[in-house]
Amino acid sequence: MDAHTAHAAAEPHGPPAGLMRWLTTTNHKDIGTLYLWFAAAMFLLGGVAAMLIRAELYQPGLQITHPDAFNQLTSLHGLIMIFGVIMPAFTGLANWQVPLMIGAPDMAFPRMNNLSFWLLPPAAVLLIGSAFVPGGAVGTGWTLYPPLFIQGGIGYDMAIFAIHLMGLSSILGAINIATTIVNLRAPGMRLMDMPMFIWTWLVTAFLLIAAMPVLAGAVTMLLMDRHFGTHFFDAAGGGDPVMFQHIFWFFGHPEVYILILPAFGIVSTVIPTFARKPLFGYRSMVYATVSIALLSFLVWAHHMFTVGMPAAAQLFFMYATMLIAVPTGVKVFNWVATLWRGSISFETPMLFALAFVCLFTIGGFSGLVLAMAPVDVQLHDTYYVVAHFHYVLVTGALFAIYAAVYYWLPKWTGHMYDERLARWHFWLSVISVNVLFFPMHFLGLAGMPRRIPDYALQFAAYNQIASIGGFVFGAAQILLAIVVFKAIRGGAPAPARVWEGAQGLEWTLPSPPPYHSFTTPLRMTP
Amino acid sequence: MRAATDQSNRRWLTRLALLAAGMFAFGFALVPLYRVFCELTGLNRDAIQALVGNTQVDYGRTVRVELIAHVPDARLLRFTAPTHALRVHPGALVQVEFELENLSDRPLLGRAVPSFGPAAAAAHFRKLDCFCFREQRLAPRERLRLPVLFVLDRRLPEAFTTVSVAYTIYATPQG
Repeated sequence: MDAHTAHAAAEPHGPPAGLMRWLTTTNHKDIGTLYLWFAAAMFLLGGVAAMLIRAELYQPGLQITHPDAFNQLTSLHGLIMIFGVIMPAFTGLANWQVPLMIGAPDMAFPRMNNLSFWLLPPAAVLLIGSAFVPGGAVGTGWTLYPPLFIQGGIGYDMAIFAIHLMGLSSILGAINIATTIVNLRAPGMRLMDMPMFIWTWLVTAFLLIAAMPVLAGAVTMLLMDRHFGTHFFDAAGGGDPVMFQHIFWFFGHPEVYILILPAFGIVSTVIPTFARKPLFGYRSMVYATVSIALLSFLVWAHHMFTVGMPAAAQLFFMYATMLIAVPTGVKVFNWVATLWRGSISFETPMLFALAFVCLFTIGGFSGLVLAMAPVDVQLHDTYYVVAHFHYVLVTGALFAIYAAVYYWLPKWTGHMYDERLARWHFWLSVISVNVLFFPMHFLGLAGMPRRIPDYALQFAAYNQIASIGGFVFGAAQILLAIVVFKAIRGGAPAPARVWEGAQGLEWTLPSPPPYHSFTTPLRMTP
Repeated sequence: MRAATDQSNRRWLTRLALLAAGMFAFGFALVPLYRVFCELTGLNRDAIQALVGNTQVDYGRTVRVELIAHVPDARLLRFTAPTHALRVHPGALVQVEFELENLSDRPLLGRAVPSFGPAAAAAHFRKLDCFCFREQRLAPRERLRLPVLFVLDRRLPEAFTTVSVAYTIYATPQG
């Protein structure tokens, strides 16, 4: 490290100018920014799909789409939001924050980092381009179930390759993040000294490395069934479509935790800052994170209680799923206990973190309802499921990303954001998101199936309410864009320690941090 | 120190890349693994049996089913009902076999016609498969086993304690 440090100190240099800076960059801050902008662009596309879906469902009957197009919209919405928004946004946050929070000069493999990001735009082009080829985009839902998937047109092959590229990108990103956390911590920082965000990302990285290749295998098998005469999932040739569900959800359930563990880390960072108290039960938080990750590999079949599983298997997956509520409950308890007798202030990151704790817990409870096999048989593929996973993914994962963006935006840009506008963004979002998703519980309990463009008349009122909530929520996100643009262009200069109660190495650097930070190894005193 | 870190980084890269490759292979291995697991534990077998189990059998009563085989011309054909009388629970799936033999030196084309006694029982005698659905072609001296798969409907009136089913085969020589 010495020779490198001397070199960097002798010739301080900024980034090259123009487009080549972004194409060739190996700087973790630049790549983090790229990831976040990519996620924002995809969020716009996935959001437009969501607005079209809600517009179609505003009233019964077919108004603006036909059923095929509606299925493609729901499928693209799901794929884009999961693989194009939440995962890249978390990876972007990790790129920005992991080196800053552990005192590393950069990621372990800067060139591979560049590759991980630049695999994403081609994947997005393939996925979105598939909507414009004969036969259209995938209409199977984001879960890609055969036999329907095997019968689709060329758009389905484009989706397979898009998933291959996005999977490769996130595996490379995860290897990079895991290696960085394991090897590049500031000397003296032990594993149990790491901030919770680092812990949750370390566990997430291992989940990604273990789960994403299984998805790659599953879509490869679909590709082989489609074109190379194999019969993995084709019943006509001795295959079994249910086998796909078993393989897909073996990936799919860990994926659910890939989408939420970094959010846990963010909330565990933001709440202590604004409660001005250390995180309650740090060790139990770490153990809870690890046990959630391990349990996530044992519960996949609760997504498929209705395929005709033996009762013994249903019972096993039901109890194993309910077991996950224990470590998750430990986390929620710790967040509340951190707030207990804290000196709480309600800046926008804290507002989003508190909304996360309340609303994610609602999503967790509806998850427990769905975990009961006899109840799930009734609710499977209804709007109750849609309500459940939108509570955990929108008011869970997405709200945590918002909390993180508001929390670190002054650090990244060097300017305070517009707090008044940010609060408007928060309050409009948190109210409209409940108007949007809460009625879906009732629709599901009343039996409205998901992925259907038209519905029976008795569902009309709640769908109309949900659609109005959806339009307000969609429009409210424009405020976020305005807040971010304003903070990039200027604003009150942010001090090094932006928040009074903030702890951690990133706050020892000026805001914005220099292009190359922590080039001399620092010494942690435990 | 930098060299040591780089070496350690590379070691972790190899390890994690191997883990990823291993999990890719594991995805494919899941296909036979799931099968082997289900066969070893018998999980799926029991489930299939549970599905096949017939819950519609009325064990509370037994109906006598008499099977009768009849041929107009006994020189051409031998036609027998192997079981002369069955005791059947309504709702149960029953399979019986008739036997047909061509006694002539010429190929025959035969057609079976059923008749029921009492005639009202016919509506409750549900045949899933019957040789009487098809024509029978017999080579000279050929012998055939002719199955009937039937369910006696649970809605069969209680008064019917015996049902007779008679098949008559009409045959014409070919060529």
